[in-house]
Amino acid sequence: MDRDGTELKMAPPKAAVGALELSGAETVIRALKDQGVKHIFGYPGGAVLPIYDAIFQQEDIVHVLCRHEQGATHAAEGYARSTGKPGVVLVTSGPGATNAVTGLTDALLDSIPLIVICGQVATHLIGTDAFQEADTVGITRACTKHNWLVKDVDDLPRVMHEAFQIATTGRPGPVVIDIPKDVQFKKGPYVGPASVKHRTYRVKSDPDLGQIVKAIELMANAKKPLFYTGGGIINSGPVASKLLRELVALTGFPVTSTLMGLGAFPASSPEWLGLVGMHGTYEANHAMHDCDVMICLGARFDDRVTGKIDLFSPDSKKIHLDIDPSQINKNVRVDVPIVADAAKALKEMLHFWKTHKKQVDAAALKDWWKQIDQWRAKKSLDYKTSTKLIKPQYAIDRLYELTRGRNVFITTEVGQHQMWAAQRFKFEEPNRWMTSGGLGTMGYGLPAAVGVQMAHPDALVIDIAGEASVQMTMQEMSTAVQYDLPIKIFILNNEYMGMVRQWQQLLHGGRYSHSYSEALPDFVKLAEAYGGMGLRAQTPDELDAKIMEMIDSPKPVLFDVRVDPKENCYPMIPSGRAHNEMILSDAMEEETVVSDEGKMLV
Amino acid sequence: MRAPIERHTIAVLVDNEAGVLARVVGLFSGRGYNIESLTVAEVDHAAHTSRVTVVTSGTPEVIEQIEAQLRRLVPVHSVVNWTTAAPGIEREMALVKVAGTGDKRAEAQRISAIFRAHIVDTTHNSFVFEITGAPEKIDNFVDLMRPLGLVDVSRTGVAAISRGPEAM
Ligand SMILES: Cc1ncc(C[n+]2csc(CCOP(=O)(O)OP(=O)(O)O)c2C)c(N)n1
Ligand SMILES: [Mg+2]
Repeated sequence: MDRDGTELKMAPPKAAVGALELSGAETVIRALKDQGVKHIFGYPGGAVLPIYDAIFQQEDIVHVLCRHEQGATHAAEGYARSTGKPGVVLVTSGPGATNAVTGLTDALLDSIPLIVICGQVATHLIGTDAFQEADTVGITRACTKHNWLVKDVDDLPRVMHEAFQIATTGRPGPVVIDIPKDVQFKKGPYVGPASVKHRTYRVKSDPDLGQIVKAIELMANAKKPLFYTGGGIINSGPVASKLLRELVALTGFPVTSTLMGLGAFPASSPEWLGLVGMHGTYEANHAMHDCDVMICLGARFDDRVTGKIDLFSPDSKKIHLDIDPSQINKNVRVDVPIVADAAKALKEMLHFWKTHKKQVDAAALKDWWKQIDQWRAKKSLDYKTSTKLIKPQYAIDRLYELTRGRNVFITTEVGQHQMWAAQRFKFEEPNRWMTSGGLGTMGYGLPAAVGVQMAHPDALVIDIAGEASVQMTMQEMSTAVQYDLPIKIFILNNEYMGMVRQWQQLLHGGRYSHSYSEALPDFVKLAEAYGGMGLRAQTPDELDAKIMEMIDSPKPVLFDVRVDPKENCYPMIPSGRAHNEMILSDAMEEETVVSDEGKMLV
Repeated sequence: MRAPIERHTIAVLVDNEAGVLARVVGLFSGRGYNIESLTVAEVDHAAHTSRVTVVTSGTPEVIEQIEAQLRRLVPVHSVVNWTTAAPGIEREMALVKVAGTGDKRAEAQRISAIFRAHIVDTTHNSFVFEITGAPEKIDNFVDLMRPLGLVDVSRTGVAAISRGPEAM
């Protein structure tokens, strides 16, 4: 118990006679190797020097020196999301740990497996306000799936292996291991991953087959069905995406996805309706509102998806597949909950659909598609084109066309550019799209691109950025240069915190309080100062050639794309409105459309 | 249309590790749930387990979330809601100090006998009563003592257990 705040010493797993004795620092490295880790992202400091010393004396694990601990965490997130493996971070005590908090929270909300190892002051100094002491487990308790302060070196191997198990299984998430400096020096017996079994942590990943049967029953009788898919499909692994495609091919049901789920289902398919939610397409949101059977696969009815909750899809029966039982009935009551791993559940759904010889209601489905086609005819992503100004939508479309067929990974920052990218860039495969969905962290995309490029050296890794966001973690350009990571930072420079400006226009009478990006750096010179390549495009006619120049450069590139500063991102469901109350681009010029109640929401 | 607020007693069996109480309490404060009372103590030294008993209140949906969120905590072995699961037995103990002389003092002593409270400390002008029972019984006792010179109350919070031979 809490009484003296110490990790109670448990009987360590029995080590064989003559077992390997390692220092705490060596244990960390050995455990990482045994867990298959190839890269870690970090930043040194006094309280982790023994671990850095152990890193120095080995060659199996590559350490990537970032320029800020937040950057290290986002790099690890990008690495994790693009590979399906956990991301590993190493930081020092105090400020090192506090700088990692944003990345931890980001990973918690987007279910990204991260293992963050922090140095801590020596055990006898804990609680004395020692130099660079912070209550790291206290601070990170609310932004990790679990965390540990390891006060006895004998516990360290067990904790290291448990950390990987907890971070990567069930609903993935970040964990923190806080290791006092004296523990890093002390020697203890090492045990491998196989000899560790957690005392309490269990994951239920097999679906209840009774629920599966109920689900396919509902699906077979549906007249207006819809798949609403999310990041859970991606997290489950590529098999889940494959099975989703099979299930859609078998049923012909339409598919929409959350921001986190893009790529699980190919955007080129006729069944694809595009993004759902606040900036989702007209057809996706109307289909959500009007469907009679909603099949939610690995999504969590987030407020950005549902809009006003009591007006959300009022007439549908809802099937909800999630590996995390606490997501069931959290925001929306559902009719058929399935707590399971997505791939396992989809496999059973396919199996029962086939063996029970289920048929869709073809006539009803035909009418449903007819209705959907009418919504599609609205062409809700259309925008007013221009020959003088680069429209941000145009820039993304050109980027997509000119990078098509290449081995592309996209990361983003947060703001309008992120939403335009989500709306317009067409993803065909999972793990190609890295964005900060739950936390909405400006500064995510550039370091995430560093992590992605580290994992995929030959790929084309592009951060679709805003000029404000990208300045939050710009220093990671230096990391990219150091490690020869030719990341491409495609800045849609509208000179505004565009998303803030848009809300101020809609909600605050056009009073643009502190949303103009004054005193912007010269991004071309900035790129050159870092040793990268700088590019600028001011007019639509020069865009294609510059994009090609960017792609062909062997260096990291900052590309300053000067876009229309006044463009707004539509469609949009204003806060506090329902899915069928979206505003479209032409309907909306300079008017206030949000109720006072809606203004309270974010 | 708001769902009614209900009061529930939830028992959480946890692994006895550093910070586990902070995890439970932090979950309630972080997600805006109520804690009406909370008791915690080690229940099995050899097995390293402690039992946390929380009395909380909320709509049925909130109570369902509280249970689900508690089950997500890594060091949690099991969670039982004594209000919706098999009805359990709930007891709380309180120490109640009443100061006064004359009629009020006599009346306090008379009422304490009705409630089967024990007198565990006496001076010429004060009593400390020890009383055990369901929380409502203690509420009633404290209310009755108020006009009779109540000066201090210390309550343990609720301990709960199921009827019959099974463990939680
Ligand atoms: C760290 C952080 N601070 C503040 C915000 C609030 N916020 C959301 S979008 C945005 C503006 C982003 O501007 P920019 O990067 O230029 O993107 P644009 O919307 O112009 O495309 C801000 C300030 C945030 N999401 N993250
Ligand atoms: Mg901007």
